[in-house]
Amino acid sequence: MRDDFLHRLLRALEEGRPVVTATLLPEGSQALILPLEPDAGEGAPGWDPVEGGSLLDEARKALLEDRSASITSEVGTVFLRPYNPPVRLVVVGAVHITAPLAQMAGAAGIEVHVVDPRTAFATAERFPGVHVLDRWPAEALEELQPDHRTAVVTLTHDAKLDDPALRAALASPAFYVGALGSTRTHAKRVKRLREDGVSEEDIGRIRAPVGVDIGARTPAEIAVAILAELVAHLRRAEAS
Amino acid sequence: MNTDEEVLATAAAWRASGMEVALATVVRTWGSAPRPAGSHMAVNGSGDFCGSVSGGCVETAVVDAALEVIQSGEGRQLSFGVTDEMAWEVGLACGGKVAIWVERVG
Repeated sequence: MRDDFLHRLLRALEEGRPVVTATLLPEGSQALILPLEPDAGEGAPGWDPVEGGSLLDEARKALLEDRSASITSEVGTVFLRPYNPPVRLVVVGAVHITAPLAQMAGAAGIEVHVVDPRTAFATAERFPGVHVLDRWPAEALEELQPDHRTAVVTLTHDAKLDDPALRAALASPAFYVGALGSTRTHAKRVKRLREDGVSEEDIGRIRAPVGVDIGARTPAEIAVAILAELVAHLRRAEAS
Repeated sequence: MNTDEEVLATAAAWRASGMEVALATVVRTWGSAPRPAGSHMAVNGSGDFCGSVSGGCVETAVVDAALEVIQSGEGRQLSFGVTDEMAWEVGLACGGKVAIWVERVG
């Protein structure tokens, strides 16, 4: 790998651009592909697969599945290595569960954003390494634009904060939407969302009570349950 | 624990400080391999490394190969399989198999 190639790759990663490296094996020449960008085809090598679509299609697929792939081209084996920007987790509510959840998600390589308009709660000091937004959830989500690699979890128990966040999350392609609260709390929430015109299909996307049922009691255990469910959704979505 | 992106950044930092570097990448796995395809490990001319291409089973052998690649400049593909009864042979106890591409950076 040439130094300038490594620098170009690192620059693309810093800029948060989904990028794929293609390496011709065993010869070693390399190409950097930005398959989701409009001018992706320019400068792409002619290493198209022997069967099926183009190298660009395969690179796009590798990104969407977040999985490396080897393809057989006329010039040899091409190894495709996708680099996606980090998965994002938007946590609504700077509450007792938020700290361990942010910490564990960070350890899993997830970029965490904590949203809470109650400035006393959302202080950057309480959440080292986390993006803290002391904004109303609807505004914050408008700014963050959840995509298919974003999870949204509401933890406030406060309908004024959780409901608008859930409505925004359900209107987005977020891969995971979870809401803290008992089955009873959730039933009331569903009623409110229904009255607000949220579709049954979207309501069905909400994971509530949030997290895998492991009998979690402490904030850290609840964080484990949430993170486990989030990862399961992420990897299953990629596989399907 | 380093993410693969951090491994690449370390490789670039080593290069910037004038070191020789090789990058190892898992390019294929069979069965239950410990690290998926795409996993990186960077090795410098002193034999220091960061990242991992297995659960610690084959890293030493990869460092040796990386030092040779740094010398020769020729990339090479390594493969490691199931550990057999010969206890001294490098392999994966998990029963998987991996192919690793080792290339010089620079």
